[in-house]
Amino acid sequence: MGQIQLNQVTKTFGNVNVIPPLDLTIHDGEFTVFVGPSGCGKSTLLRMIAGLEDLTTGSISIDGVDATDTPPAKRGLAMVFQSYALYPHMSVRKNIAFPMRMAKMPEDEQNRRIEAAAKALNLTDYLDRRPGQLSGGQRQRVAIGRAIVREPSAFLFDEPLSNLDAALRVGMRLEITEMHERLKTTMIYVTHDQVEAMTMADKIVVLRAGIIEQVGSPLELYHSPQNEFVASFIGSPKMNLIKGEEAAKHGAATIGIRPEHTGVSMTEGMWKGRVGVSEHLGSDTFIHVHDTGLADMITVRINGDVQVKHGDTIYLNPELDKLHKFGADGKRID
Amino acid sequence: MARGITNQRKAINTAAAWAVGLLIFFPILWTILTSFKTEAQAIADPPIFLGFNWTLENYATVLERSNYARFLWNSIFIAGGSTILGLIIAIPAAWSMAFVPSKRTKDILLWMLSTKMLPAVGVLYPIYLIFIKMGLLDSKIGLVVVLMLINLPIIIWMLYTYFKEIPGEILEAARMDGASLKEEILFVLTPMAIPGIASTLLLNFILAWNEAFWTLNLTAVNAAPLTAFIASYSSPEGLFFAKLSAASTMAIAPILILGWFSQKQLVRGLTFGAVK
Repeated sequence: MGQIQLNQVTKTFGNVNVIPPLDLTIHDGEFTVFVGPSGCGKSTLLRMIAGLEDLTTGSISIDGVDATDTPPAKRGLAMVFQSYALYPHMSVRKNIAFPMRMAKMPEDEQNRRIEAAAKALNLTDYLDRRPGQLSGGQRQRVAIGRAIVREPSAFLFDEPLSNLDAALRVGMRLEITEMHERLKTTMIYVTHDQVEAMTMADKIVVLRAGIIEQVGSPLELYHSPQNEFVASFIGSPKMNLIKGEEAAKHGAATIGIRPEHTGVSMTEGMWKGRVGVSEHLGSDTFIHVHDTGLADMITVRINGDVQVKHGDTIYLNPELDKLHKFGADGKRID
Repeated sequence: MARGITNQRKAINTAAAWAVGLLIFFPILWTILTSFKTEAQAIADPPIFLGFNWTLENYATVLERSNYARFLWNSIFIAGGSTILGLIIAIPAAWSMAFVPSKRTKDILLWMLSTKMLPAVGVLYPIYLIFIKMGLLDSKIGLVVVLMLINLPIIIWMLYTYFKEIPGEILEAARMDGASLKEEILFVLTPMAIPGIASTLLLNFILAWNEAFWTLNLTAVNAAPLTAFIASYSSPEGLFFAKLSAASTMAIAPILILGWFSQKQLVRGLTFGAVK
């Protein structure tokens, strides 16, 4: 079990209101990602669920039981920290055993679980080393091992991959997703990286300044962002937002078109502009188009084989059925 | 501009460092030398540096007249007891100040330190009266408590600085892993802070060992430590310089040896966690 419910939760630090009243339900077995720019309160929210941060007002219940004043040790949740937070004076084995030792689990059961976790996480050869003798990726695995052995009702991840290099990050992303498929335990994952959010989540919670901007599956957020903020936050490269006359033609204050939903032509099209920087990724090329009279810059994503030169005149053909429309208040118009 | 340190400069620095070191060490050296002289040579004018008849007579006399072992044991008990008691109180106190600071934590730390600014003699009278009322005069337990209180601000300050260096996330991880507050301090914080705790322990042991004001004023016979042992050989007429020196040498020898073997921890302790 692992259903977590936040009811009218708020948090203020001094005079600063970090989280205005917020309601959220995380269902059992769900992989939920909190995503948002830095300072949006996502980590604070996670720490409040963990019990490491007190609530100013409101309540939290875990599996239907009020846990607002339950200390972190008694909530039955496991957490993986950004800094890994391993115990530097203990071997890997002792690190992994620590939560079981605290729970006074019989020693043979502890050993059985350590062996199983070490095998699943490729740590068998490192059990007697200290964290200081491990690489970043291995340390992260130990932190995960320490979290899984106690079979918590939910896992909390606080930006666990941001200290790893890019290649390792992709690998660990897959491992964590696979672990979720295998364990089917509730996971709450905090990140500022929308790619991590899109690739891992069952449900994404987009936060800005402590306010939930939208909750939905990755594809819901991609296809129908409820406001301009979500529209520009989800998706890479960012959605192009166009205001003014062009938007008015479509009966909106702002229209948005994703870079991948815009065709290009060298001869004719709906919008005309001048090629600026082109970023070649091999499979794709991102072209930044200027002087369209629509916005400072329009980004388009095209096949990697198309060759354009800096300064060329280019025509853009947005797929009109994939146009997003937003009102003056920034909210989606359907 | 990169500044190369020339050999000449190095030599000057080394010589200067030795000069300062010897200047600081000279009184101790003189005490040790005097302890091997006869009483007459000890007060000779001009003073004799090395060319005297080395004798162990003073040590023999001092050992014969006083129960050195008892003074030594009292010193160990008082210095050790006050340091350990201090640590037991200071570890949780420093934990709360370092990891769950309140708005007033900085003020409390400064206030604690300010108690060290009052001359000890300022509170001698009240403490003396309390000791009489409680029957603590000339008791080791009484001294342990007083010395612990005297050094507590320093113990807390030192531990606070060390604890500040420990990432809070590791303690939070322990909390998430189901550790109670006691287990968190015992199994995670203390082992991680061992180097800091060790230097705190050493420095405070030395401070308590050398403490002379309270140990002299609150003891007579039973609880008298080595400071009282030295004092018993000082006389206003200055006739027993050699014996006084022998007693002093015997009093500082244990702590000097301890300090020699724990130099590394001590340097760390004295720099108050500034050097990692």
